[in-house]
Amino acid sequence: MSISIEGITKHFGSFQALKDVSLDIPDGQLVGLLGPSGSGKTTLLRIIAGLETADGGRILFHGEDVTGLHVRERKVGFVFQHYALFRHMTVAQNVAFGLEVMPAKERPPAAEIRKRVDMLLEMVQLGQLADRFPAQLSGGQKQRIALARALSMKPQILLLDEPFGALDAKVRKDLRRWLRALHSEFHFTSVFVTHDQEEALELSDQVAVMSAGRIEQVDRPQQLYAEPSSQFVFDFLGHVNVFAGQQNGTLLNQDDAWVRLPVGAAERVGQTAQLYMRPHELTLQSAPAAHAHLPLCIESISLVGAEVRLELSARGWATAEHWEVGITHTQFNSWQPARGDHCFAVPRVAHVFQAEGQAPETIRWQSGELDDPAAMI
Amino acid sequence: MNRSLSGLLPGRSSQPGKRVLPGFALSLGVSLFFISIVLLLPLTGLIMQTADMGWERYWAVVTDERVIASYKVTLWAAALASIINGLVGLLLAWVLVRYDFPGKRIMDALIDLPFALPTAVAGITLTALFAADGWYGQIFSLFDIKVAFTPLGIIVAMSFTSLPFVVRTVQPVLEDLAPEDEEAAVSLGATDWTVFRRILFPAMWPALMTGVALSFTRSLGEFGAVIFIAGNMPYVSEIISLMIFVRLQEFDHAAASAIASVVLIASLILLLGINLWQARYLRRLHGR
Amino acid sequence: MHERKTMRAGDQPWVKWSLIAMAFAVTMLMLVIPLVIIFKQAFAAGGANYWANLTDTYTMHAIGLTLLVAALTVPINLVFGVMLAWLVTRFDFPGRKVLITLIDIPFAVSPVVAGLLYLLLYGSNGWLGSWLMDQDVQLMFSWPGIVMVTVFVTCPFVARELIPLMQQQGREEEEAGVVLGATGWQLFRRITLPNIQWALLYGVVLTNARAVGEFGAVSVVSGNIRGETNTLSLHVELLYQDYNVVGAFASASLLAGIALITIVVKSFVEWRQARQRAPLDDQSDNR
Repeated sequence: MSISIEGITKHFGSFQALKDVSLDIPDGQLVGLLGPSGSGKTTLLRIIAGLETADGGRILFHGEDVTGLHVRERKVGFVFQHYALFRHMTVAQNVAFGLEVMPAKERPPAAEIRKRVDMLLEMVQLGQLADRFPAQLSGGQKQRIALARALSMKPQILLLDEPFGALDAKVRKDLRRWLRALHSEFHFTSVFVTHDQEEALELSDQVAVMSAGRIEQVDRPQQLYAEPSSQFVFDFLGHVNVFAGQQNGTLLNQDDAWVRLPVGAAERVGQTAQLYMRPHELTLQSAPAAHAHLPLCIESISLVGAEVRLELSARGWATAEHWEVGITHTQFNSWQPARGDHCFAVPRVAHVFQAEGQAPETIRWQSGELDDPAAMI
Repeated sequence: MNRSLSGLLPGRSSQPGKRVLPGFALSLGVSLFFISIVLLLPLTGLIMQTADMGWERYWAVVTDERVIASYKVTLWAAALASIINGLVGLLLAWVLVRYDFPGKRIMDALIDLPFALPTAVAGITLTALFAADGWYGQIFSLFDIKVAFTPLGIIVAMSFTSLPFVVRTVQPVLEDLAPEDEEAAVSLGATDWTVFRRILFPAMWPALMTGVALSFTRSLGEFGAVIFIAGNMPYVSEIISLMIFVRLQEFDHAAASAIASVVLIASLILLLGINLWQARYLRRLHGR
Repeated sequence: MHERKTMRAGDQPWVKWSLIAMAFAVTMLMLVIPLVIIFKQAFAAGGANYWANLTDTYTMHAIGLTLLVAALTVPINLVFGVMLAWLVTRFDFPGRKVLITLIDIPFAVSPVVAGLLYLLLYGSNGWLGSWLMDQDVQLMFSWPGIVMVTVFVTCPFVARELIPLMQQQGREEEEAGVVLGATGWQLFRRITLPNIQWALLYGVVLTNARAVGEFGAVSVVSGNIRGETNTLSLHVELLYQDYNVVGAFASASLLAGIALITIVVKSFVEWRQARQRAPLDDQSDNR
């Protein structure tokens, strides 16, 4: 069941939570709404469910306008941030609830309800907890029950509000894998809200990045990361190393640091510019390259993970935040850097944002301009 | 239970919608209907009665000497009773929250007795105790003090009936105090008394004031418990509620209404004041 | 409850036990002994006399009238209290705060004033009362008036018990229920009611206790007609003023009994609520 969101606006008193938001979600996709708090993502999710009403715009399920339809009639599954399990009912009663409140004509017989509940509990692998009460469950278990309950009515649309926010890291990873597996098996259309970019990028077929009531960019996760179309998205996803400088001939310069802009790039960059570089778009050398003089000092080394992350501070010039660069374990072992060591950053690619909301200019340095392979680490 | 409710409002984040949960029209209709018929409609009778009187007559009735004497008696007694309740209530709340001892659950349950016991029963019981031949009356006679049938009796009765207010308002606040605050103070060298004076008491006093104010408001209107023990002598031990009753029995409905209007306005102002105070101070402390 | 070894202010034994002793003394003097006196006086002339007092015609009638008043007042205020609590905790609308403040009025108003308000409106001189008299309906100085005034005085109790609780529990469970397709009644019966049942019970018990014990307001509207319009509280007063002290205390002991049941129920309710808040210790299969 596809979802179409057209021109949704929503006010809470004088605060505008959503400003003309539009989004198309094809049937069977798992879409993440990603953004900081206050971006409007939960409000949008609740409007899709019918738990809030928009001030303007339409919501369509499979081409049909459901904007005026009460939440009860929309037949969506909703998983609440804090689970909202019925505290006075057992797990089995919780999962059976949707079936038991159906109108008498449509309601399946008790035996069948029991069967369906057992099957759902087996699916989330919590069959043995059927007679427990929510207060006796751990966070991860509660979440799975909430999921089973939402799926009990066989919805074609599943909506999840920060489903894994309150859980610890390992449980989160397991549940993410879970949700993905369920999604592949049952092919419902899912929308989930999160402020955790790792989660959004890992789980979703598409991610909609939201900020201050607007959608900044909708794209596949790889595209979003590789080709962010606005400064906000660039900033929000992953770490970014920023070099701010003034144009000075062919150089972009700040105090002791400078970068030589490649041929033809000077006009695309303004008088003052900020170069945005991802950690993987820089390398580190013991001596400066021909096209960049960016002296840095190693502040901390993080060895845990697929690569080694170095946190670096600027020497003789200034940055708003420490820079982060990743190197492979092999490189680390041969270089053996320590806290306090000096080195130089060599950019391969950089991005410049001319104005708010516009796509960035990308600047590449040709490999021929990189100097002194022997100086590389 | 004994707090006024306007300190407990939902924040903007909950933003309930009218149409998502059902029952808005029904519950609004029933509530408004009920409140109008039960609470607001009766006010019209009073308003009409006092409007009929004309300002001069109203003023004369309300400032009659005997009536003024009853204001004084009631206000003084209520104030003293509330102060006593403030101290005693604080003691009881402290002991119930901070310590464990045999009989604690029973003591906690008994605090609600004045709230649940009919006022007339309280009245005759307190009279029996404090009369010259009662258990307490006899002890007081040794010091030549008469309690029953004097203004002192009024204070006793008011104190009894309003005791739960202070205890029940202070208890939750005491329970919520974080031990870390005290430990931090002690680690910096503070004595017990200093900790109490500078950390615990400031945290408790809004609730304490609220409880005392609630106790005062209740005492102002107390009738059943007081009239048995007060003696009800005009100018000496006659409370306002009794004054109203007396005028009624004289079939002077107008005068009764006039005095009642004064009481009503005073109570409503007090109620409003307490609500505003709670909304401001209790929220500030508890970050609601 | 933490296990703490550090001493908090006032934990030193001498301070602690003196305070406990003082609290104990106060409780005995102000609460326990009055209770004792009630029963002592009631039985002062022996058990047979006690029973005779209770089964006296006028007493029996007073008991009957009191039960009638309670039987009518409690359900009315129960429905109202639940409706109001649902309204103000599950919806947002202009005037919400005003409603919450209005419900406190009977709490702040003197019972005699409450009785007077009703007398002025429904009495033979009131604008509504005189109209009703023309229809041959007399509400004051008879049992309907007593019921009405008792409803006024006790209307806040159920609402005041439910509102903070329902506020704190939030609307998420009901929202989850609506998403799953429940109707209003299903929501209330299956989700809300189980969550508020103990507070509701206490509200009902408290309303009952206050309805049974109301004195000031009922004094004004009842007319004190022995055998017709005397509730048990008024009956106590009547006997007392007749110098029938033992008789008065006999009836008073019934009322005291109800008060005791009320506080026992409250204790039970609080115990249940505390048990619910602490999750049961059964985390053996934690994942």
